[in-house]
Amino acid sequence: MIEIKGISKRFNDYLVLDSLDLKVETGETKVIIGRSGCGKSVLLKHIVGLLQPDSGSVLVDGQDVSKLDDKKMSQFHMKIAMVFQGGALFDSLSVWENVGFVLREYSTLKEKEIRERVKESLSLVNMYNVEDKMPAELSGGMKKRVALARALCIRPQIILYDEPTTGVDPITADAINVLIDDLHDKLKVTSIVVTHDMRSAYKVADKIAMLYQGKIIAQGTPDEIRYTHDSVVRQFITGAAYGPITTPVGI
Amino acid sequence: MKDYLLNIGRSTTTFFIYIGGLTRLGLETLFWTFAPPIKRNRIFEQAKKIGVDSLPVVSLVGLFIGIILALQTAYLMKKLSSEIYIASIIALSLTRELGPVLTALIVAGRSGAAITAEIGTMTVTEQVDALETLATNPVKYLVVPRFISLIFMLPILTAYANLIGIFGGYLIGVNRLNISSSMYITTTFHTLVNKDIVTGLIKAVFFGVIIALIACYEGLNTKGGAEGVGKSTTKSVVTSFIFIIIADCFFTALFYFFF
Ligand SMILES: Nc1ncnc2c1ncn2[C@@H]1O[C@H](COP(=O)(O)OP(=O)(O)O)[C@@H](O)[C@H]1O
Ligand SMILES: [Mg+2]
Repeated sequence: MIEIKGISKRFNDYLVLDSLDLKVETGETKVIIGRSGCGKSVLLKHIVGLLQPDSGSVLVDGQDVSKLDDKKMSQFHMKIAMVFQGGALFDSLSVWENVGFVLREYSTLKEKEIRERVKESLSLVNMYNVEDKMPAELSGGMKKRVALARALCIRPQIILYDEPTTGVDPITADAINVLIDDLHDKLKVTSIVVTHDMRSAYKVADKIAMLYQGKIIAQGTPDEIRYTHDSVVRQFITGAAYGPITTPVGI
Repeated sequence: MKDYLLNIGRSTTTFFIYIGGLTRLGLETLFWTFAPPIKRNRIFEQAKKIGVDSLPVVSLVGLFIGIILALQTAYLMKKLSSEIYIASIIALSLTRELGPVLTALIVAGRSGAAITAEIGTMTVTEQVDALETLATNPVKYLVVPRFISLIFMLPILTAYANLIGIFGGYLIGVNRLNISSSMYITTTFHTLVNKDIVTGLIKAVFFGVIIALIACYEGLNTKGGAEGVGKSTTKSVVTSFIFIIIADCFFTALFYFFF
């Protein structure tokens, strides 16, 4: 279970997270929606330990993430994986070296065994015969899928997705949604998906939460969100230019 | 006036924050250098990029500096009719000063810039964050191999530049200034004592530390996309140049007064 208790984060003069609370049950897929620049990536980076909150705490299975020492943090990273928005594949390494990164660094497996594991992870994301390509040779959608395969290679219990469908065509986007759903059903992973793509949100979510002005302002099942009376949430999910949300984020 | 003082105050603070950041990175690097497991491949890969691939430009610069030094000193020595000192002057100024400094400036411009651009790109495309989430410390994975390569490769490149420079001087001395070949060689090795060579190489090691830390620090602290990478690369090279010259002055004074 992931419990976020009253975390605040300030960058210079801009309060991105404002004593935010959120709970994600084990095995659940939680989708966090919100405008660009509202702090969705910042929130994910707090959960995975890349950023420390100014106040408040993030508990993952009871452990306070900001209090882990180097060794505990490494162990923690073996059970939680993050899929970055642009993929964040290492561009000096080939696809198989990227996907098998952790195994190559930390396991005693032979290269042949690692290549087998890599193939397996790539087949989970429906990619074949790309092992020896370099990231620069892949399309945006392929990069996202390889990044997901890299996350899966460590067999994580928790996966965080940062805008998995942003910047890919609608068909690839749907394929990614199906994939997220499958992984949730097959591997029983706990997932947090950050997005502003409502189609994707409705498709993969068990619960949807909306982040607005540093706080979670609404939470519920996809249907509860779809038929909400909250005017801010309504404006966001229908994509209306006029409504209570007017100020550009960050100004 | 108030603005002026405020400005000075602000720049001073920025300077100390920068030094603080470098020191911190230096200590972390030292810590991770000795923390197992040590991956030799990554060090060799960097050593090749930094050392072997710099040989052509270091050779070229070394040779021409030797030739230029020979011609410039010849101009003065001819007036004093003491051409024989040319060999000594070239050997001394190369090993003690020009060899280390010029090599460091070349490597800062070549490898320092490349390191900042590469790590900076990794930072803005979240590859450095990705490293961390894959249970890998970025300092250990990215900084340590570059740091080790630089502190070993810079003295080696410096020694090599010294040799090539002396050879450049020899070419002019023997072919154009009518100093006999054996005379030139004897004078060169007669003048040089261990201290000259060693102090030059000590400088080179520290220049390696400066280049590695500044280049990696700028890379890891890059913000703002492609433009940010350009900015931090420029800053990395300029800051390295300044720190190298200041450190050179400091070491020269230190060696002069205390050894
Ligand atoms: N490391 C940082 N330093 C300063 N500001 C940051 C940093 N990371 C994010 N921000 C700011 O925080 C805000 C939220 O960013 P982010 O979480 O990336 O938004 P999004 O919801 O689109 O993912 C943005 O205004 C961004 O400029
Ligand atoms: Mg984002």
